[in-house]
Amino acid sequence: MLESYLPILVLIALALMFALGSVAFSFVFGPRKPSAAKLAPYECGMPLIGTAREQFSIKFYMVAMLFILFDIECAFLYPWAVVFKRLGVFGFIEMGVFIFVLLVGYAYVWKKGALEWE
Amino acid sequence: MPEMLSLSNDPILFIAVMLTKILSVFIVVVLIVAYATYAERKIIGRMQTRLGPTMTGPLGLLQPIADGLKLFFKEDIIPSQASKVAFVLAPMMILVPAFITVGVIPFGGDIVIRGYTVPLQIADLNVGILYIIAMAGLGVYGIVLAGWSSNNKYSLIGGVRAAAQVISYELAAGLSIVAVFMLAETLSLRGIVEAQSGSILNWYVFSQPLAFCLFFITSIAEINRTPFDLPEAETELVSGFCTEYSSMKYALFFMAEYANMVVIAALISTLFLGGPAGPFPGVINILIKVFGFMFIFIWMRATFPRVRYDQLMFMGWKVFLPLALLNIVITGVVIIL
Repeated sequence: MLESYLPILVLIALALMFALGSVAFSFVFGPRKPSAAKLAPYECGMPLIGTAREQFSIKFYMVAMLFILFDIECAFLYPWAVVFKRLGVFGFIEMGVFIFVLLVGYAYVWKKGALEWE
Repeated sequence: MPEMLSLSNDPILFIAVMLTKILSVFIVVVLIVAYATYAERKIIGRMQTRLGPTMTGPLGLLQPIADGLKLFFKEDIIPSQASKVAFVLAPMMILVPAFITVGVIPFGGDIVIRGYTVPLQIADLNVGILYIIAMAGLGVYGIVLAGWSSNNKYSLIGGVRAAAQVISYELAAGLSIVAVFMLAETLSLRGIVEAQSGSILNWYVFSQPLAFCLFFITSIAEINRTPFDLPEAETELVSGFCTEYSSMKYALFFMAEYANMVVIAALISTLFLGGPAGPFPGVINILIKVFGFMFIFIWMRATFPRVRYDQLMFMGWKVFLPLALLNIVITGVVIIL
């Protein structure tokens, strides 16, 4: 079964070579006339205000955390879905309990306003 | 049906066939990506009563080649404040996952070479869909890294927005296709195509219309196309996470975006429209379906305004996620009854 991954490895190597090759080509053949203004971060031509390494909204971290929780649910559902017809009613009820527990958490997150953006 | 060609029964033929398949698929994808940029400019031009590119070659057909050559010979700027290693790596981290996901998509039926069955698919993984979702997840690293390493406010906001959007919609997209696996009983794309074979009525778009709509919309959000192109909302963020990029590095972002379009179009065709099934030889059928979906993507860009960020998150978490779960429950009940 492992040999079915061999073509994938070759494909990854080809894609890497393509990416590295095109970047290297433009690095070698492109002109290079750096100046302080050209190398400064782009801010519509205005003088820079502060730095980009600052705090940003906590909402983005919340989304990332919620994603991990629900993505695990997703990962559990995949093998279950493949054998669903063989599991029958038993599998349906068991997964129903699992999803119900998650739905309680989902309702809590919704009620707490973690999914609101304004 | 004769024996399946594998590394053990004829190693030389196996490797030759494998390399031929990989090279031809890669070249076809690069060509589609190049001419998708041309098609997009031409189609959107026509939709806005303009002509689009006309000057380079007949009907402007050499435009993608001219653009590519121009980008090769442009100055490669690395901003002085940027984190250099991450800045150089990020475009490649986006391009590579975008190009390698085509590896599991079947692009035709089986053919027989020297008495062995050869499937027209680079690799038939038994976890094909998981592989695609994993690679789509890896692409997010490139986007975040590009935004962060540029050390530019627009890039950072674009990168963080893109990450939140892609992971939110990955959930809904991942859940919406669970119903397809329940029907097909496999994660292998070849198996899913086989489960839809026979008649056109076996295509999952007819038995799973809700999953089809959900997956279509959420995948557009996942590849950051209009109306979900907030990460590079040019009216507020200049060019989003690729603001600081120039030359071939910028081109890599561009190519990754179009390669993602090709992969998503091929994936929707495979999961819901029977893949290579249809009246013509398999390769032509799948190309027709892919081009059809890509035309719809371009058409949507010419038609729809961009959604607001709160609307985007509202739809992803409060509409598509519950609908996808509901669809799984409905499918489960129908299968049991």
